[in-house]
Amino acid sequence: MKKQKPKLAVWKFASCDGCQLSLLDCEDHLLAVADRVDIAYFPEATRAVVKGPYDLSLVEGSVTTPHDEERIHQVRRASRLLVTIGACATAGGIQGLRNFKDVKEFTTIVYASPQYIETLKKSTPISDHVRVDFELWGCPINKSQLLEVISAFLYRRKPNIPAHSVCIECKLRETVCVMVAHGTPCLGPVTHAGCGAICPSYHRGCYGCFGPKETPNTASLSSWLVRLGMKNDAILRVFRTFNANAEAFRKESQAHED
Amino acid sequence: MKPFFIIHRNSLDSLFGALVGRNFTLVGPTLRDRAVAYSEIATVNDLPFGWTDEQDGGTYRLKKSDRQTLFDYAAGPHSWKKFLFPPALQLWEAERQIGPHEASPEYPPSHEGRGEQPRYAMIGVRSCDLHAIAVQDKVFAEGSHRDPTYEARRKNLFIVAVNCSHGGGTCFCRSMNTGPRATSGFDLALTEILEADRHVFLAESGSDRGAQVLREVTQEEAQESDIRAAERITADASVPMGRLMDTTDIRGLLYNNYDHPRWDHAAARCLACGNCTIVCPTCFCNTVEDFTDLAGTRAERRRRWDVCFAVDFSYIHGGSVRSTIRSRYRQWLTHKVATWIDQFGTSGCVGCGRCITWCPVGIDITEEVREIRANRPDDRKTLSEVGHAHT
Ligand code: SF4
Ligand code: SF4
Repeated sequence: MKKQKPKLAVWKFASCDGCQLSLLDCEDHLLAVADRVDIAYFPEATRAVVKGPYDLSLVEGSVTTPHDEERIHQVRRASRLLVTIGACATAGGIQGLRNFKDVKEFTTIVYASPQYIETLKKSTPISDHVRVDFELWGCPINKSQLLEVISAFLYRRKPNIPAHSVCIECKLRETVCVMVAHGTPCLGPVTHAGCGAICPSYHRGCYGCFGPKETPNTASLSSWLVRLGMKNDAILRVFRTFNANAEAFRKESQAHED
Repeated sequence: MKPFFIIHRNSLDSLFGALVGRNFTLVGPTLRDRAVAYSEIATVNDLPFGWTDEQDGGTYRLKKSDRQTLFDYAAGPHSWKKFLFPPALQLWEAERQIGPHEASPEYPPSHEGRGEQPRYAMIGVRSCDLHAIAVQDKVFAEGSHRDPTYEARRKNLFIVAVNCSHGGGTCFCRSMNTGPRATSGFDLALTEILEADRHVFLAESGSDRGAQVLREVTQEEAQESDIRAAERITADASVPMGRLMDTTDIRGLLYNNYDHPRWDHAAARCLACGNCTIVCPTCFCNTVEDFTDLAGTRAERRRRWDVCFAVDFSYIHGGSVRSTIRSRYRQWLTHKVATWIDQFGTSGCVGCGRCITWCPVGIDITEEVREIRANRPDDRKTLSEVGHAHT
């Protein structure tokens, strides 16, 4: 008696496709995934469409249009478990920069006939619209973390995705702290672990791609960044990147507006 | 009386050779990422010759020293604990071979934690860190819950201590009675003596193994003048010490001041990043994580260092016990210097200063204790002050 394989769907909202590509990038592991799950909906990889409902939906991208605002509810209804992947889906993404400005102004500058552009004032994470079962942070996500989430889902265990700081990852791989030893500004102490602390291992400060960690104390870090010589506008910019709309980063950047 | 011997700088490699000959892997200070980090070494040339450091809260700078010495720096970014208590370790692994619910036939299967463990010889361990190793011994090798990996590595360990000639900017071993001179817990202890016409090490042994190795390396007995020179060096080291901490009735002080406003002050600055605990040579907390592969044929259990600053660390049914940063910082500091004494009969702090230097925002354990002591509400005396000895 062969058990039916769980059905996996991958959905795209406003995003660059980088996170979905991480799944395709899994190479050999992808075959193992395909062996264990029925890839039922994944337009980036295959045209085959299997009708829902789906056991696991991976959602990439943020909600930026009235149409997507509707569509995400359909996705939710068709999914047993819904996992958001990447900075766009979990925080609103780089396009969340519009949230600090007037998007109308952009459309009139960029498009010849802006009246055809139907877009929302804000770019928002999926969790602002529907219930999300698990969030996988990162711009882009780390493919081993994605495999970890899928494997945890398959064998009904808790995924090992710690929400602590990037500092812990630096320390576990024995990278010398770039902020303490070199005076290089770094967002590591307020950023969610997950990338494996890549930038500090190349003597760069963390850019915060994985968004805020649990209980982030951004205000304290900012005061230290000032001591390291950073000006208000520079601090605003470091918090306003891929995760600009994540609450802790958004508030911190706003605190540095003149 | 313990005889002291002289090892010339140029024959330090014969000491290393004698240890390698005994199948030890040498680990010691090296230059890495502009800091003095402990890694595997082969010869004296791997040591940071002519380098020193400047340390303060949240700041470490490697500097060229004006002295041509090998050990003119204080504690670095790493602690020696990583060699005895590895940051990540596989504890258990099983492969599905037969039916869906059967583990692999040889049980327990091979894994990193139980296999043959490395035999380390640590070169250049300072007095504070010798005390830290003794503290972790109590945790991992002396209690009722022993750690087999730690025990195996510890049993093999050979320690070459170096007496401090450099009081670091954040050091306070003198306050904690843990230095700067190594008095026990080593196989060999060296004091580096640099004079106009010679560069030597005064060597003493602290174990039979140490004495044997020493006999093999040198026959030159130290003169009275060498011993006095070494004493001067270690005494000088204790003069400029970056920090100090008054530990008088420290348990009473902390147990009676759980609501001290200073905890709010610390919480406003603390990032809950966990760096302080990871660099601390005595912090021993770890967590265990279970993994499966995609195919569902392999299961694995791994252990890694964990920190009491993580929300998950105090997660019990229904939520995290220490949800605020205030409660986590207070837990860390109080455990380090107070409840540790109740638990293990010794302080959990040896005054190495690492948590001060490597805190990204320079939070200083000595300053926090001082502020709590200095500005207590009147009803928050220590137990001894109210005439109640704490036992
Ligand atoms: S608490 Fe700080 S000073 Fe004390 S042993 Fe740990 S790292 Fe060193
Ligand atoms: S005391 Fe410093 S190193 Fe420790 S958790 Fe707080 S900010 Fe991080």
